[in-house]
Amino acid sequence: MIQCERLTKLFRGVRPVDDVSFETRAGECVGLLGLNGAGKTTLLRMISAVLTPTSGQLSIAGADVTEEAHSVRRQIGYLPENPPVYGEMTVEGFLAFAAGLRRVPRGRVAERIARVGAQCQLEGVLHRRIEHLSFGYRKRVGIAQAIIHQPALVILDEPIAGLDPAQIVSIRELLLSLKGTHTVILSSHMLGEIGQLCDQLLVMHLGRVVACGAPTELFGSPEHTITVVATLGGRRERVVQALEQLDGVLQTEVSAGENNTVKAEVKIAADKRPELSRTLIEAGLDLFDLQQKRDELETLFLRLTGEPTGERS
Amino acid sequence: MTALWLIARRELMAILRSPLGFVVAALVLAADGLLFHTRALGGGEKYSTEVLTQFFFDLSGLTMIASIPLSMRLLAGERQRGTLTLLLTSPIKDYQIILGKFFGALAFLCLLTLLTLYLPALIVIHGKISIGHLCAGYLGTMLLGAACLAIGIFSSALSKSQIIAAFLTAFALMAMVLFWLVAKVTEAPLDDVFMYLALHNIHFETFRTGKIHLRDVVYYLSVCGFFLFAATRVLESRRWR
Repeated sequence: MIQCERLTKLFRGVRPVDDVSFETRAGECVGLLGLNGAGKTTLLRMISAVLTPTSGQLSIAGADVTEEAHSVRRQIGYLPENPPVYGEMTVEGFLAFAAGLRRVPRGRVAERIARVGAQCQLEGVLHRRIEHLSFGYRKRVGIAQAIIHQPALVILDEPIAGLDPAQIVSIRELLLSLKGTHTVILSSHMLGEIGQLCDQLLVMHLGRVVACGAPTELFGSPEHTITVVATLGGRRERVVQALEQLDGVLQTEVSAGENNTVKAEVKIAADKRPELSRTLIEAGLDLFDLQQKRDELETLFLRLTGEPTGERS
Repeated sequence: MTALWLIARRELMAILRSPLGFVVAALVLAADGLLFHTRALGGGEKYSTEVLTQFFFDLSGLTMIASIPLSMRLLAGERQRGTLTLLLTSPIKDYQIILGKFFGALAFLCLLTLLTLYLPALIVIHGKISIGHLCAGYLGTMLLGAACLAIGIFSSALSKSQIIAAFLTAFALMAMVLFWLVAKVTEAPLDDVFMYLALHNIHFETFRTGKIHLRDVVYYLSVCGFFLFAATRVLESRRWR
């Protein structure tokens, strides 16, 4: 779907995107990961034909972004970090306007509004003015305008930034529903969220792609050692005993958890996770939760980008 | 409906729904009425034609002033709110964006101008005026307004700030109006060039006195064309930055 080769953007002597190459397949969800200023937005703006690359090749579904920008724009839907919505319009009026701009046939506009309205859970606010909606709803309207013309490629810049936890959950579900029917490329610096949604990750740093691959390859490859936190019901000694029986455990730390649970932090090879859960259950322990230690993901990410892993000033 | 007319309709509705549209309309109409009462009707007995000529002179000045706040938001406002991205990522040409915005604002300015029709109607009740004079005056005012909006949209394309865009427009309009003064202090052939480029003096004079010269129509349409083309180029150049 996207073919990007040695793409560079030069802007006032700075290279916000520098020699970036990657490829994506149709129907895939690709995540751009990077710190602020890594070049994610500039790259997305070039993919969406808003910015023209200084050098390199970029094509969307075979159409060159520089030479055939008009044709590329027919195939994309773009949501920038701040939803591009007109506050004085109603949601329905705005979606009809966006559909008209994207050449949706007049007779199909109502049907498309109903469909994206249902998909983005906007049915209850279709007749309300956008300026009266919460930021979460405005994001939904922004996503709805990006998919109203059924584009092959949906580009979302920081779709979960600025949302509260409840909104993040609902937007995550919405994004998951887009996978398969559209190719999705989204950017974020929230590693946990993007890792759950994407089939492929591109880690960017200072305008360059420093790592590329599936989330498990990058942050949980078999040779990687990870720390898993298990929340268990049962006696502490039994937990220690069960973990001692398991091969490949490098380090364990067992402590009392909340509500009479036991919390076990286990340093283990990433591919040993299924064995770990089996062992704990077979030992007669109640397994309430099993997840990779949160701050460890961030540390791995900082290691990939070459940033210091301590406190950042 | 083409993208151009969609943008024009949205722009017109946005002005009609915004407080800015109401404030501009209220101030312009109030000033029109006041100036008509004090300047056009005042100062002793006059022929109806003189009253109408003075009315169009005042109306043209107010139309120029009204074009500044109306045009400042057209592109600078879109950039400030981040909505320009919606237009830039849609399969439409940059000139359609510029023309759509221009026609939307022009429709409002024409509507505002036509709302002053009750003032010439008062002259008809108490005197006698030619319909041709009326049509020529309104045509000239709308052409002048269109030229001012084109200059305004160009300034709006140059700046991210609506305030700076307004100052740029005001400065450009003032400079172009004062070209007739520059023409007085320059020598041939520059004096002719400045005199021709002057936005108001010779070109509007014919319209307000009830005459339509093709030369003046061409001048105002050329100003529109030049600045709308320049605004399109500025918008295109932003894709490189």
